[in-house]
Amino acid sequence: MIGLIAHNALLVSVATVVFGAVITPIAIRVGRREWLQLTYGAVYTNFLLVSIATVGMVVALVVHDFSVSYVAAVGSRSTPLLFTIISLWGALEGSILFWAWVLALYAAAVVWLHHRRPGNLVPYAAMTMLAVAAFFGILLVGPADPFVPVFPVPADGPGPNTLLQNHILMAVHPPLLYLGYVGMTVPFAFAVGAIVSREANSNDWAILSRRWMLAAWAFLSAAIIAGMWWSYEVLGWGGYWAWDPVENASFLPWLTATAYLHSVMVQERRNMLRLWTLNLCVATFVLTIFGTFLTRSGILSSVHAFTTGSIGYFFLAFIAIVLVSTLVLVAGNSEHIRTRANLGGAASRETVFLLNNLFLTAVMLTVLVGTLYPLIAEAMRGVKVSVGEPFFNRMAIPAMVALIFLMGVGPALPWGSTTWTEARKRLLPPLIAAAVMGAIAIFAGARGVYSILAFAFVGYAAVGNLREYWIGMRARRRAHGEGWGTALVRLIGGNRRRYGGYVAHIGMLFVALGVAASSTFRSEREATLVPGETLTVAGQTVRLKSVWGREEPQRSVVGATMDVLGRDSAVIGTIHPRMNFYRVSDEPVPTPDVRSSIKGDLYVNLMAFESNGANATVKVIVEPLVPWIWFGGLVILLGAVIGMFHGGRRRPAPPPAAAEQPATEEPVLTGAGA
Amino acid sequence: MLTLCLPAAALSQDAPASAPAADAQPAADEELEARTTAVASTLRCPVCQGESIQDSPSDLARDMRALVREQLRAGKTPEEVKAYFVGRYGEWILLEPKMTGLNILLYVFPVVLVLGGLALVVVLVRKWSSPAPSAD
Amino acid sequence: MNWKRAAIAALAAAPVIALFAFGFTRNPSEIPSPLPGRAAPPFELPVFASGEPPLAREVGDTIRLGDLAGKVVVVNFWASWCLACRDEHVALSETAREYADKPTQFVGVLYHDRPASGLRWIEGMGGQSYPSVTDDRSRMAIDYGLYGVPETFIVDPTGRIAYKHIGPITASVLRFWIDSLAPAPALDTVPVRSGL
Repeated sequence: MIGLIAHNALLVSVATVVFGAVITPIAIRVGRREWLQLTYGAVYTNFLLVSIATVGMVVALVVHDFSVSYVAAVGSRSTPLLFTIISLWGALEGSILFWAWVLALYAAAVVWLHHRRPGNLVPYAAMTMLAVAAFFGILLVGPADPFVPVFPVPADGPGPNTLLQNHILMAVHPPLLYLGYVGMTVPFAFAVGAIVSREANSNDWAILSRRWMLAAWAFLSAAIIAGMWWSYEVLGWGGYWAWDPVENASFLPWLTATAYLHSVMVQERRNMLRLWTLNLCVATFVLTIFGTFLTRSGILSSVHAFTTGSIGYFFLAFIAIVLVSTLVLVAGNSEHIRTRANLGGAASRETVFLLNNLFLTAVMLTVLVGTLYPLIAEAMRGVKVSVGEPFFNRMAIPAMVALIFLMGVGPALPWGSTTWTEARKRLLPPLIAAAVMGAIAIFAGARGVYSILAFAFVGYAAVGNLREYWIGMRARRRAHGEGWGTALVRLIGGNRRRYGGYVAHIGMLFVALGVAASSTFRSEREATLVPGETLTVAGQTVRLKSVWGREEPQRSVVGATMDVLGRDSAVIGTIHPRMNFYRVSDEPVPTPDVRSSIKGDLYVNLMAFESNGANATVKVIVEPLVPWIWFGGLVILLGAVIGMFHGGRRRPAPPPAAAEQPATEEPVLTGAGA
Repeated sequence: MLTLCLPAAALSQDAPASAPAADAQPAADEELEARTTAVASTLRCPVCQGESIQDSPSDLARDMRALVREQLRAGKTPEEVKAYFVGRYGEWILLEPKMTGLNILLYVFPVVLVLGGLALVVVLVRKWSSPAPSAD
Repeated sequence: MNWKRAAIAALAAAPVIALFAFGFTRNPSEIPSPLPGRAAPPFELPVFASGEPPLAREVGDTIRLGDLAGKVVVVNFWASWCLACRDEHVALSETAREYADKPTQFVGVLYHDRPASGLRWIEGMGGQSYPSVTDDRSRMAIDYGLYGVPETFIVDPTGRIAYKHIGPITASVLRFWIDSLAPAPALDTVPVRSGL
C-alpha cells in the first residue's frame, strides 16, 4: 500500500518536473510570463510528491513493511529504530530517493526565496534544477525503484550494511554529504540561468549563487570531516583519510567550491575572472555528478561503493549529457562574458587569490587524474595499477602546504595594491610564529620537509588571521571606545563575509594542525596480551583486564576491557575495544575505542582474541591532536554560518580610523561590468 | 573469566594462535620496524579496499607485514621486497605506481600544472596591473 | 552562441566519456595474476589431514612441490570459515578420486585457520579424498599471490603454473586442465565422462 502510493507519487513527479522544465523556455520565448507560475508550481509539486515518497519509505522502514523491495533488502526487525530510519540512505535506491528529496527541497527553497526577482535568471535556474530532478526521478521509477512490490512478503530482512549500522555518525555524515553535494546544483543552476538569460555579465547572479554555494560548501566541509571521523571510529586502522576513490570524489567538488568562494570575491570587487568563476561553478556541479557516478557505477573499487546494476549506464548517459551540454553552453557563450582586467598591483589580495585558485585547481586535477589513472592505465597499457595514499601524499601535500601559507598571506594584503614596503611590514612579522612552530616541530621529532613546513605555515597563517581581528578590534576600541567583547561582535557584524571567512580559515588551521600532528607523531604497537599484562606506547600504558562476550538482538559483541594507567600505575580510565559480529555478515566489524583529550587520542582496536578469553591481541595507537580536526570542522561551520547571513548586499563597515583598517575597504562595484 | 557465547562466525573467525606472534614480538629493532612500516605502507592489501598492508587489520595483511619484516631482516633492500610482491600480485599491489613508461606522465602532470599555472599567474598579474585597464 | 567553439568544447568531453564507458567493460575487483606461465613457487608443508586411500598421506608427512615433477598438481586453498569452499568441495574430492591412477596430485592448503577446525570441517563435509597441508603464517599463500579463498592453482608436469582459478572450481574445469596438461600417454587412457 505504502509502496503503491509512493511509487505513483514518484511517477507523477517525473511527469511534473519534465513538464515544468519544458514549459519554462516556451513561456519566456512566447512572452507569457504568467506561465512561469507553472514552472514554480512544478517545483513545489515535485517537492510535495517526493516528500510523500520519502516519508512513505521512512514509514515503510519503521513499520517493517517487507512488501517494499528496499525494506526487504535493508530492513530487519532486530535493527534498532534509529538505524532503521537512517538505512533510508544506507543502500543505493534509498540514497537516490533521499538525493531526489534534498534536490526537491533545494529547488523549492530557491523558488520560494527568489521568485520575485525580475528577469529570467530564476526561471532558468528553476528549469535547470527541474531537469536534474527529472534524471533522478527517472532513476527512481526505473532502475533504482525502491518501491518494487515483493511477493511473497518475507517475514524479516537482513538489516542494513553492517559497517553502516555500527556507528551513530552514519546518521550524520550522509545527510550532510547530500546537503553539500546536492546543494551545489543550486549555484550551477544559477550559472546556467545567468548564461541563458544573458545575465552572466552582471554580478547579481554571482551574489545570489555565492550564498547558496557557501551553504553547500559548509555542508560538504562538515560532511567530509564527519566522514573522516566515521572512518576513524569504524574502520579500525586509526586513520581518517585513505585517498579512497570515493573520498576523493567528495574532496574534488570541495576544492573547486573553495576556489569559487575566493574567486567570486575578485569578481564582485573587480569584475575580473567572470568566466573563470563561472567555470568553477559548473565544474563543481560536474564533479558532484562524477562523484555520484563513481560511487554508483562500480567502475573503481572502493570501500564506500554501492552495489551496482544497470543504474551505472544511466549515470554514464547523464554525465555525458551534463558534460556536453555545459561545455557547449559555456564555450558557446564565452565571448559574451566580459571581464575586466584591472589589478591594482602585484602585491595585492587579488594576486593571492589567483595563487589560491591555482593551487586548489592543481590539487583538484592531480587528485582527479590520480583517481582515474587506474582506468587510464588499463585502457592504454592493459595493466591494472593502483594509485593510493603514498602517491597522493607525495603529489598533493606540497600544494596543500602552499595553500596553508597563502591563508596567512591573503588576509594580510589589501585589495587593489600596496607598496612592497607596506607588504613587507604586514607579511614579515608572522614569520616569527612560523619559525617558532617549525622549531617546535623539529624539536618534537618531525623530519619531513613538508611536515615541518605545515607546522610553520599553520603558525604563520594563524597569526595572519588573528592579527586581522586584533587590528580591527583595536581600531574599534579607539574609534568607538568599545570593550574587547563588543568590539569583536561589532567587528564581525560589520563585515560578516570577511570575518566569517577568517573564522573558517582558523577552522582550517585546526584541521591542518591536527592532520599534521597526528600523521607526523603517530605511534602504534600491536601485542597479544593475557589479562593483567600491560602495553606501553609513546608513554601511554594500557592493561588488559578481561575479554568478554555479549549477545545483542542484532549482533554478538566480543570486547576487551582495558585499564588506562596514569603515572604511578594508577588506573585513570578504562577503554573497551570491541568486535561486532552481525548476523548478516561473516566479517566482524571492528569497533575501536578512543580516549580523547586535548593533547590527542589513545586509540585501541581489538584485532583478535582467544575464544576462551585467555588472551587478546590489540593494536594501540597514540595520535596527537586528532580531536582538533573535529573541532576545526565545527569552527569552519561557524565561519560559514557567519559569512552566510550577511544581510543581502555587502555594506561598507562603518569606517573607524581609516589608517588603522587592516585592508582598505572599497565601495562595491556592482551592476554590469560592460 | 566470562564464558563466551559466540556465533559460529565468531568462533571460526578468531585468528590462529600462531598468527599474531610475529607481530606481537616486542620490536627489538626500532630501525627495522621503521623500515618495515615504510615498505608496508606502499603495498596494497589484497583482501581490503585500497588500504595498505600497514593499515589493514586483516590476517593476510598481518602475515604480509611479517614477511616484509623478515625479508628486510634477511638483508633485502626495500626495492627487492617490493619486487617480490609485484612478482606475486602484479603491479596492482604497489600503491604508488612505478615511475616508468606511461606512469611518468602521472608524476609529471601535477608538476607541469603548478609550474605552468605559476607562469600564467605571473603573466596575468603583469598584464593586468598595467595602469590602463583594458577589456579582455 | 558560437557554435564552432561549442563544438570543439563538446569534443573535449569525448575522451572522458569514452574512458568511463571503457570502465564499464572492466571489473575492478578482478585482478589478473602474473603467475600463470611462470614456475610455481616451491613449497614444503606438513600434512595435517591425511585424505583417504588411495590418495592418503600420513599426517606430519611433508609435501614438496619439488617431489611432484611429472605430475599435474592441483593446489587448492581453502578454510573452514569459507562458505564458497563448501560449494567446490565435492567437485575437488571426486575429481581427485577419479584421477587417482593418473599422474596427478591434489593438495589442499589450509588458509588462516586452525588444523582442528579444518579437520572438523572435513568430517562435516563427509571427508576429503586428498591430503591437506597447513601453511604457517601464510607463506605459501603469499608466494602464490592469494587474494582470498577459495583459489585453485593448476601446475603442469614441468612445474609451471598453468591456470589460476578464483572462487569455487567445478569438476569440468578441473578435468579440462588436467586432461590437457597430463603427459601424453595419459591422454589416451582418460575415458570420456559425462557429468558427475
